[in-house]
Amino acid sequence: MTVLQKKTHNPIGHLTPEDIEQIGVELDAIRQSVIDTRGAADAAYIRKVIATQRKLELGSRAVLLVSMFPPAWVVGTAGLAVAKIIENMEIGHNVMHGQWDWMRDPKIHSTTWEWDNASPSEQWKHSHNELHHTYTNVIGKDNDLGYGIMRVDEDQRWVPLYAAQPLWNFVNACFFEYGIAAYDLELGKNLATKERRQDPDFRARATVTLKKIRNQMTKDYVIHPLLSGPSFLSTLGANATANLIRNLWTHSVIMCGHFPEGVETFERRSIVGETRGEWYLRQMLGSANISGSKAMHFMTGNLSFQIEHHLFPDLPSNRYQEIAPQVQDLFRRYGLTYTTGSLPRQVASAWKKVFRLSLPNGALRRGRGATVTDLPTAPAREHAAA
Amino acid sequence: MSLTGLSKISSPSPRAPRPTLRGRLLQLAERATSPLLPADYLDLFDPLRPGADLRGRIVEVHPETADAATVVIRPGADWAGHVPGQYVRIGVDVDGVRQWRAYSLTHGPRADGNISITVKAVPDGLVSTHLVRGSRPGTLVHLEQAQGEFVLPTGGGKFLFVTAGSGVTPVIGMLRNLFPVADSGVVRLPRATAYDIVVVHVAPSEPHSIFIDNLRALDAAGLIRLVARYDDEHGVLDVDDLETLVPDLDERATLACGPGGLLDALQAHHDSRGLALLTEQFRASTLVVGEGGTVAFTGSGTTVDADGATPILDAAEAAGVLMPSGCRMGICFGCVLPLREGAVRDLRTGEVTTATPGETEGRGVPVQTCISAAAGACVIDH
Ligand code: FES
Repeated sequence: MTVLQKKTHNPIGHLTPEDIEQIGVELDAIRQSVIDTRGAADAAYIRKVIATQRKLELGSRAVLLVSMFPPAWVVGTAGLAVAKIIENMEIGHNVMHGQWDWMRDPKIHSTTWEWDNASPSEQWKHSHNELHHTYTNVIGKDNDLGYGIMRVDEDQRWVPLYAAQPLWNFVNACFFEYGIAAYDLELGKNLATKERRQDPDFRARATVTLKKIRNQMTKDYVIHPLLSGPSFLSTLGANATANLIRNLWTHSVIMCGHFPEGVETFERRSIVGETRGEWYLRQMLGSANISGSKAMHFMTGNLSFQIEHHLFPDLPSNRYQEIAPQVQDLFRRYGLTYTTGSLPRQVASAWKKVFRLSLPNGALRRGRGATVTDLPTAPAREHAAA
Repeated sequence: MSLTGLSKISSPSPRAPRPTLRGRLLQLAERATSPLLPADYLDLFDPLRPGADLRGRIVEVHPETADAATVVIRPGADWAGHVPGQYVRIGVDVDGVRQWRAYSLTHGPRADGNISITVKAVPDGLVSTHLVRGSRPGTLVHLEQAQGEFVLPTGGGKFLFVTAGSGVTPVIGMLRNLFPVADSGVVRLPRATAYDIVVVHVAPSEPHSIFIDNLRALDAAGLIRLVARYDDEHGVLDVDDLETLVPDLDERATLACGPGGLLDALQAHHDSRGLALLTEQFRASTLVVGEGGTVAFTGSGTTVDADGATPILDAAEAAGVLMPSGCRMGICFGCVLPLREGAVRDLRTGEVTTATPGETEGRGVPVQTCISAAAGACVIDH
């Protein structure tokens, strides 16, 4: 059954199997309309973003060569943080999704891109594109849900360890790039037994990750500080700060995507035999958007259009904004909730959930939620069986 | 040499060669730009610099006929030059998609260091139409070094050129190199006197002949003899008529460039007479797009029969080929493999992707095997 958070009604109970298939057909048509018009303007967009990002990074690092002067430190650190965020989100994440593969440019291709992050592209692509996007919000399959260290759903049994999960979550936010690398390696599972620790495949992957981390650290904490000469320490601090800002920002955006109240999670059994329409529906219910300015959308790598991104992970990110009204209209027509809110609201909502689930069920009863046992049966499974 | 040999023997443990200053700086730069390369940043400022991937910038596009244009390109610093008659593979972005084609270089080495290609817009020709009508000066294109054996033998002699349609382009390259055109008219270089050249040029009708003015000017100046044959006027050329058109055919070596049918006929004709023939054909035989087909995997040597509704991934796995995969529904890109040759159809959209050897970059066009079905015979690099 689909486990619905704190809801007394089934949000898709009113949909017939035909409705669900019709949703699939309509979404396919939206997707096709973008593919039909994808072309030179989109290619120019991503090339411009990449060129601008690289110039911003170069400029910021140049300013940081004299980072012992406080204004230079501030400007350089801010610029570098922004450059790293753009590189990870609007460029790296989206290129590795294959959003730009259609250009057939070997330099901007999911199979060749390596990003400025601790986790090697190859491993990130597996855990993110394959596991997270296929099994979105399916507990136990989608590692993005709580990264294996957090309780993300009432149905997960509470153990005292979870009491500290607000702290875990904060630590994870600060060191997010290493958190990602760790769960791309499935470190928790793979370090658990001696047999797994010695698995040659795991060892090979761990070696690749360590090498990537070493290169990343050498760049930010050795080479660039050394190049700054007398500004060694302040450049080191600036680079660490830029990485920290990037980590906090990406963690917040990603938490907003699947964690705020109103987002549904699913049980492993409920996705067996899913049709395309049902898959779409799970993406629709399992994601949340962030509303805000153009600049905010850009800085989230358009993951503020998380719903559109999850429906169409391989469409170019610059096009999500234009299809969002059509998607929203479809939600309205089929009586579904398009979860969205401002960044501060969604971050607060996600954090609230982290705190709430750190305690056993019912400890913070506010009288508006249902207990787990009287939740409705999984709509997805009902239709699959129908 | 013996000294180096001796020192090598006597040295107890040969040391690794000492890194040069340049090598060390390069290494430092790589560490500073990781995970990218220094080149990724340098390309922003000077994509044509020495050491960069070979590229060029379009400097001029001038029309030759209603549907043909000459594109002048300034090549990157590492361009190694060419011999007239050779071709260059050029990658251009059409509607945002990188496409590679081969074009003859239509001139000898130029004083300004630029290169030029002459392109005829063929119906349904994505790249040729774009180059003739849509390319703009300032655009960056991707290049490979010039290639091709279809070059004029040095040292002079008696030759016959048989060209059909845009097959005239490599020949124009050779002729312009021999007979440069200056403001005062065609220049007769000493090295050109050793050549006696007849050109038989075939085209559907007169206005479609690219460079026909060039050929006429050379003919008028008495530097070559031009025999122009237009299908609508003279009927389609029969190779047996060559003897009549070129009485001293037996004394000449033939260089021919045009479509496969003409070249095959010429080959048979020349073989039966024991005459020398050098040919060049650009366009690979046209791709047949259909429903389903055989899928050959280069690595394992396996060939699989796949129908038009089965994903290549499924068909290959059913035949025991080890395939990379992930979501199996077109979203994770974990199953991407290069399509070296052939056509596949996207099962979600019906869109057909084709790959022709020589018209792709690297090992082929990357396709998602989990949502692609064979649309004709395919070769996949795996
Ligand atoms: S297996 Fe995921 S895109 Fe093909």
